[in-house]
Amino acid sequence: MRYENDLRDRAAIVGIGATEFSKDSGRSELQLALECVSAALEDAGLEHSDVDGMVTFTMDNNPAVEVNRFLGGGHLTFFSRIHYGGGAACATVQQAAMAVATGVADTVVCYRAMNERSLNRFGTGIQDMQPEPTTASAHFGWYAPYGLLTPASWVAMVARRYMVEFGATSEDFGRVTVAARRFAATNPKAYFFDKPITLDDHQRSRFIVEPLRLLDCCMESDGGVAVVVTSLERARNLRCRPVRICAAAQGATNEQQMMTGFYADDITGLPEMGLVAKQLYATAGIGPEDVQAAIIYDHFTPFVLAQLEEFGFCGRGEAKDFVKDGHIDSGGSLPINPHGGQLGEAYIHGMNGIAEAVRQLRGKAVNQVDGAEHMVVTAGTGVPTSALLLGADG
Amino acid sequence: MPANHETSAPDAIRIARPRPRPAVTRDNAFFWDGVQAGKLLIQRCRCERLRHPPGPMCPSCHSLEWTAILANGDGRIYSFVVAHHPPVPPFDYPNVIVLIELVEGVRIVSNLIGVDPVQVAVGMPVRAIFPELEAGRRFLQFELVEE
Ligand SMILES: [Zn+2]
Repeated sequence: MRYENDLRDRAAIVGIGATEFSKDSGRSELQLALECVSAALEDAGLEHSDVDGMVTFTMDNNPAVEVNRFLGGGHLTFFSRIHYGGGAACATVQQAAMAVATGVADTVVCYRAMNERSLNRFGTGIQDMQPEPTTASAHFGWYAPYGLLTPASWVAMVARRYMVEFGATSEDFGRVTVAARRFAATNPKAYFFDKPITLDDHQRSRFIVEPLRLLDCCMESDGGVAVVVTSLERARNLRCRPVRICAAAQGATNEQQMMTGFYADDITGLPEMGLVAKQLYATAGIGPEDVQAAIIYDHFTPFVLAQLEEFGFCGRGEAKDFVKDGHIDSGGSLPINPHGGQLGEAYIHGMNGIAEAVRQLRGKAVNQVDGAEHMVVTAGTGVPTSALLLGADG
Repeated sequence: MPANHETSAPDAIRIARPRPRPAVTRDNAFFWDGVQAGKLLIQRCRCERLRHPPGPMCPSCHSLEWTAILANGDGRIYSFVVAHHPPVPPFDYPNVIVLIELVEGVRIVSNLIGVDPVQVAVGMPVRAIFPELEAGRRFLQFELVEE
C-alpha cells in the first residue's frame, strides 16, 4: 500500500476565526457560522467575495449556500461535506487543500458552528433515535436495546479492554484531563480559564459509564470556528505568516466501525489513526521525532493515550507512562493541546484545535510552545477519521 | 404516550416506555426472529467464516450465500461497562453492558443481569438467556455461570 500522496506544501492555512465559547450562545447556528467565517477572512486579509469554496461536516446544520449567501461570498466552484462526526475535522482542510492544489477553487473556507450544548447535546446519545430499516440505523440496533446509547459508553467498552491489556488505570486517564485543564487555566478564551483541577478532583468525579468518570469526558459547547485555505504561493503574499499543510489524510480501515470497534482481534488501538499517521509522515517526509507539539482529539481521555501510540510518540501500551512522566505538559517533549483542548477550552468538534495549531505555528499562541515548527493535529477517534501535519513557514 | 400518562408518576412512565427497538433489515431479520424464538443465531458463510454483526457479503470469499448456525450460548466477558448517566428509561441503573466472546469465536454486545456490578470482571464465563422483559417480547441477555 502507498502512503505518500501529492499534497505536501501545496496549500496553506491563512486565516482563523472563532466566536466565543459558551454553554448558550444566545444566537442561531447560522449566525455563529457567519461570525467565525467572517473573522477568519478578516484574519487572512481577504474579501468575502474571494470565497469560492466551502467545506463543513455532514453533522453541521448550516448548508454552504446559506452561509455563502448571507456572507456575500463569491460564486462557489467547490462545496463538500464530510461524514462521521468529529472524524471530519481535519478532512475539511484536506478537501480544501485538494481543491486548491487542483485549481478547483482558490479560497476555501472550512467551518463548524453549533449550539451543541444549548440545542442538540451529543452526550445524550441515540436514546430517541427511531429505528428505520436502513444500514446506518441497523448498526445502532446491536447496542441500543441494551442501553449502550452514548459516545461515552462506546468509548468505555474499548477503554476497559485497554486497561486490562496494558495495566492502565483511571488515574492514567485522569492525568490527561489534569494536563488539559492546566493549559486551559492560562487561556482566557477557554471555558475553563483559571479553573485547574487535581488528579484527586478527577478521582472524585462521578462515574458516567464505568470506567469513565465525568472528568474523562470533554465538555459540551456552543460556538463556531473557521479556517481559510489557499495555495502556499498565494499565502506568502497575504497578511499573516502562512501555516503550511505539509500533509493531510483521512483513514478508515477495512474493519471500521462507527464508534463500536469491538470486533477486531485487537480492540485496544485506533488502527484508522495509524493509517492516517503513516500517510502524514510519508507525505511530509518527517517522523514523530520532528514534531514539537500536537493537537490530539480529546473527546474522551482513553483515546488520547491510544493516539499517542498510533502516531509513534511512544510505544504500544506506553502512553500512560509517557503522560505520567510529563511529556505532554508545558516544557515536556511533546506538549499537547496547549489551548486546553476539548476538555478545557471548548468542544467545537476538533476545529478549535486546528485554529490553535495555526496560532502555535505563527508563534502567537497564549501558551506558546518554544520552537514549534511542525505539529500533528488529529480529528475524532473511534470513527473514520483524519489528521493534518502542519508546518511553520519561513 | 396516552394522555393519562402525562401527569402520572415517573415509575409509571418508566413502565410505559419500551426498550429501544433494533432496526430490522433484510440482512439482520434472521437474528431478531431468532431472539424471539429463544435462539442465538450467528451468520455463517458457505466458506464457514462466521460474521457478527451480519451482512450480505463475505469479506473473505465474497459469497452472497449464507446460513445461520445455532450458537450454544456460552462465552466469556471480553469487556464490559457499567452505565450510570444519563439514565434512560426503562433501563435499570447501574446497567451492566457486556461485550461477550462466544465459544464459536464471534463477539456480541448484550446485558449481564442478576449480578452485583462490582463483581463483574473480564474473562468470566457467561451463558445466553432470553427473558421476556416486556409482555410478549424476549431479549437476548447473559448471566454468569460457574467456572
Ligand atoms: Zn466466505
